[in-house]
Amino acid sequence: MTTAAEPGQEVGKGRLRKEDARLITGRTRWTDNMNLPGMLHMAMLRSPMAHARITNIDTSEARQMPGVLAVVTGADLADSQGSLPCAWPITEDMKSPDAPSMAVNQVNFAGEVVAAVVARSAAEAADALEGIDVDYDELPVVLDLEEAIADDADLVHPDLGTNKSATWIFDSAEAGTGGAVDEAIGSAEVVVERTFRQQRLIPAFMEPRSIVVDPTGEQVTMWSATQVPHILRLMLAMTLGVPEHKVRVIAPDVGGGFGGKLQVTPEEVITFLLARELGRPVKYTETRSESLASAHHGRDQLQKMTIAAQRDGTVTGLKVELLADMGAYLRLVTPGVPILGAFMYNAIYKIPAYHFACTNVFTTKTPTDAYRGAGRPEATFAIERMMDELANELGMDPLELREKNWIKHEEFPYTTVSTLTYDSGNYEAATARAKELFDYDGLRREQAERRQRGDTVQLGIGISTFTEMCGLAPSRVLGSLSYGAGGWEYGAIRMLPTGKVEVITGSSAHGQGHETAWSQIVADKLGVPFEDVEVLHGDTQSSPRGLDTYGSRSLTVGAMAVLSAADKVIEKAKPIAAHMLECSPDDLEFSGGKFTVRGTDTSTGIADVALAVFAAHDLPDGVEPSIDADATFDPENFSFPHGTHLCAAEVDTETGQVRLRSYVAVDDVGKVVNPLIVEGQVHGGLVQGIAQALFEEAVYDESGTLMTGTLADYLVPSAADMPSFTTDRTETPSTTNALGVKGVGEAGTIASTPAVVNAIVDAIRHMGVNDVEMPCTPMRVWQAIQGGAQSAAGPGAESGGGMGSLDAEGGAR
Amino acid sequence: MRITVTVDGTTYSDEVEPRMLLVQYLRERLGKVGTVVGCDTSNCGACTVHLDGHSVKSCSVLAVQADGCEVTTIEGLARDGQLHPVQRAFHDNHALQCGFCTPGMIMQSIDLLAENSDPDEQAVREGIEGNLCRCTGYQNIVRAVRDAAHEMRPGAGPEAERFSDAEMGTQAGVRRS
Repeated sequence: MTTAAEPGQEVGKGRLRKEDARLITGRTRWTDNMNLPGMLHMAMLRSPMAHARITNIDTSEARQMPGVLAVVTGADLADSQGSLPCAWPITEDMKSPDAPSMAVNQVNFAGEVVAAVVARSAAEAADALEGIDVDYDELPVVLDLEEAIADDADLVHPDLGTNKSATWIFDSAEAGTGGAVDEAIGSAEVVVERTFRQQRLIPAFMEPRSIVVDPTGEQVTMWSATQVPHILRLMLAMTLGVPEHKVRVIAPDVGGGFGGKLQVTPEEVITFLLARELGRPVKYTETRSESLASAHHGRDQLQKMTIAAQRDGTVTGLKVELLADMGAYLRLVTPGVPILGAFMYNAIYKIPAYHFACTNVFTTKTPTDAYRGAGRPEATFAIERMMDELANELGMDPLELREKNWIKHEEFPYTTVSTLTYDSGNYEAATARAKELFDYDGLRREQAERRQRGDTVQLGIGISTFTEMCGLAPSRVLGSLSYGAGGWEYGAIRMLPTGKVEVITGSSAHGQGHETAWSQIVADKLGVPFEDVEVLHGDTQSSPRGLDTYGSRSLTVGAMAVLSAADKVIEKAKPIAAHMLECSPDDLEFSGGKFTVRGTDTSTGIADVALAVFAAHDLPDGVEPSIDADATFDPENFSFPHGTHLCAAEVDTETGQVRLRSYVAVDDVGKVVNPLIVEGQVHGGLVQGIAQALFEEAVYDESGTLMTGTLADYLVPSAADMPSFTTDRTETPSTTNALGVKGVGEAGTIASTPAVVNAIVDAIRHMGVNDVEMPCTPMRVWQAIQGGAQSAAGPGAESGGGMGSLDAEGGAR
Repeated sequence: MRITVTVDGTTYSDEVEPRMLLVQYLRERLGKVGTVVGCDTSNCGACTVHLDGHSVKSCSVLAVQADGCEVTTIEGLARDGQLHPVQRAFHDNHALQCGFCTPGMIMQSIDLLAENSDPDEQAVREGIEGNLCRCTGYQNIVRAVRDAAHEMRPGAGPEAERFSDAEMGTQAGVRRS
């Protein structure tokens, strides 16, 4: 059993980050910065059609252009490229199309690669794309989720015979964890139904994806802007049939991911194949437009919600029916994303009957996959919106309704209707703190007063009392969900002869600050200075095993593996220290980096032991000359961060403009290793969640062309679009891991979207509005006010929410 | 076309294609890879550098337009091992996570502070509006810039960052970011 970090000086301290020194001076190693001898450059030709047969590709002109070494089409790669992996077959009968990295006969979304050019320079490669002539025979596009599953629907993949990939169902009566939901609805005193639309989003990490492949060594080395170097290596081996030990993957500095770089991409496979073919290093770096059109998208679901309750507010049942847009192909974990939400719709509430059914649907759009929160933001949004709608129906304060139904702090551990066991939590404490910081009662008074006098600017209060499951994940739970891998993580400690420490982690940071946080944990554990710890990650050569970074798993799983390795180091050092001190190992205690003979001041430091094993002149019999150790940690449970977020929004009823007046986030992420990093994660998460509520949407026109294909159209918020937040924490330690920590990376994004939309609806509910579809642009809000609209698309659904330069008629639902 | 440009204190003379962007020149010809490219529509600001003391998005400037000019990149800010106060403030305030937007964000912040030595929160938010960050939520960036403003008073930046009002806007044809 791993023991908690020693109560030292480091854990809990707001250490400034080790990572920063390079990043603030431009000494960075982004993949696109790589420049190798003889390196060639690749450019991709992408389909402008969403759905078409390729009838001919003429590359003859491109091949003659200056500096061009190779031009390849799907036909050239058909035998070698394999099919891109999907690691999550959610049902046994799931339909999954072949997923070529380069389209061979047919394109199924606009942006799919149809040809590639390798040239001496990036400019020559890009120029040569003009010399490729592709003939397409257009096929009908499939864009709308509901139309896609109609009987006479056009099919994305005709050979599958349907646009339905799979239907996944959880029913509490069948599972024996609760009652039958239809009975609960049938006998309920109050039933509320709503349909919500989770718009399509784009992760929009700041660093465009880039790949360099060097085939000149014994191992083919791939540098990639990826979150998952270990998974990538394994999948390259399995997809292409190359021996795994002949591939090395390096994720150098990676500029954000948010799930968007949790992928095995067509571009990685194509670059690998062409570098190997040409025997020279090849680099490919996508443009932003390519990234927005072809890197995987997120969300995109229709959520039909039914909640049943008694008049006193007791919730008696919840039914969730989803349609989830897969896009054209199933990427790495595409089908599992909505399923991750299945366990979270019941959220923090005691719900006696629950039914969840999700149908995954193919469309001729960019594939979807993980985006910050992956399944859990959708679930949290829907249930938190429903709690507000139910409160309104019952005439109750929405916070009171929540409190009536939530799990009380003395009821933990609590096994939910969806089978998870929440290890700890204190929703009362977080809510009390949030109310206090927010001045909940004062703002309610102001709201009533403004309503009274018919102010043109109305005030709304939005609530989100969320929890989430993260720290993916216990391997056996993932196995039970048919996921293709485990959820463990690897860590190792190398004790250098000078007493310095190298920490190897299978986590793969791309902005999270692992180097700093892991150093704090190890410094306390081994009693060495923070500065003496070096954290190595993101290279399959230096960190040989790992499952990488996503799902808020690095601290709860990855750091636990490191801590466990540190325990082994101490255990290995102990008999050697005893030998050095001429005492029994049983008489030694380890603290502050020193082995001390109990009850004396005789001691030796762990650095002295490290030097002694290096010399190895005088070790106890049978003891190996090393105190290095590694460990693999597999958690027994997820971690369950929670919190209460309160948002005050002012809505100008004459223009539909929304202004966030104040936002309070009180999060409980358990024990905190570095409060500075935690606060930063919360800030960034909040903005991404708020951006879903107010700004962002990937919009396709009626021919399946992405209309938000630049950062001028896809509205990633700027500093001027955001307020400052008030953040605070309560601290209920997780009982699942020895550090007492929970994940924090996704919490802000999961919590904030419903808080904002609830605030907007609350501001204008008295005008007959019970929903505004996201993103809540001024036009949509205004339209809702005019029509007393109930959840509708229509004007404002187009790029930029009707505020952009594009034709409003072109916006596809 | 032949151009002569001083970048971070070193003078270079090079033959460049007329279509080459300043950011391509910096990265591909000079190896100044601290300055990065984040988009192709000059929305993100990751490529922001100073051209004769004023911030520009180097993806929106041709290399030939920099002929005879002085360019400062993120790599030229620290002097004698001393960080620029804005660099230090970004570190001290945890104003970066993945760090990809950071070079541009720092260069733009320095420009902002040259124009307004004591910006309030709103002025900072508007001053860095052309630079996108996906990680931090901006709150700590705003804090860092205001923190740096206090550190820098009066004019603590390196020489290259000091310029009078009269010198501003003299780069005809160069788009200010």
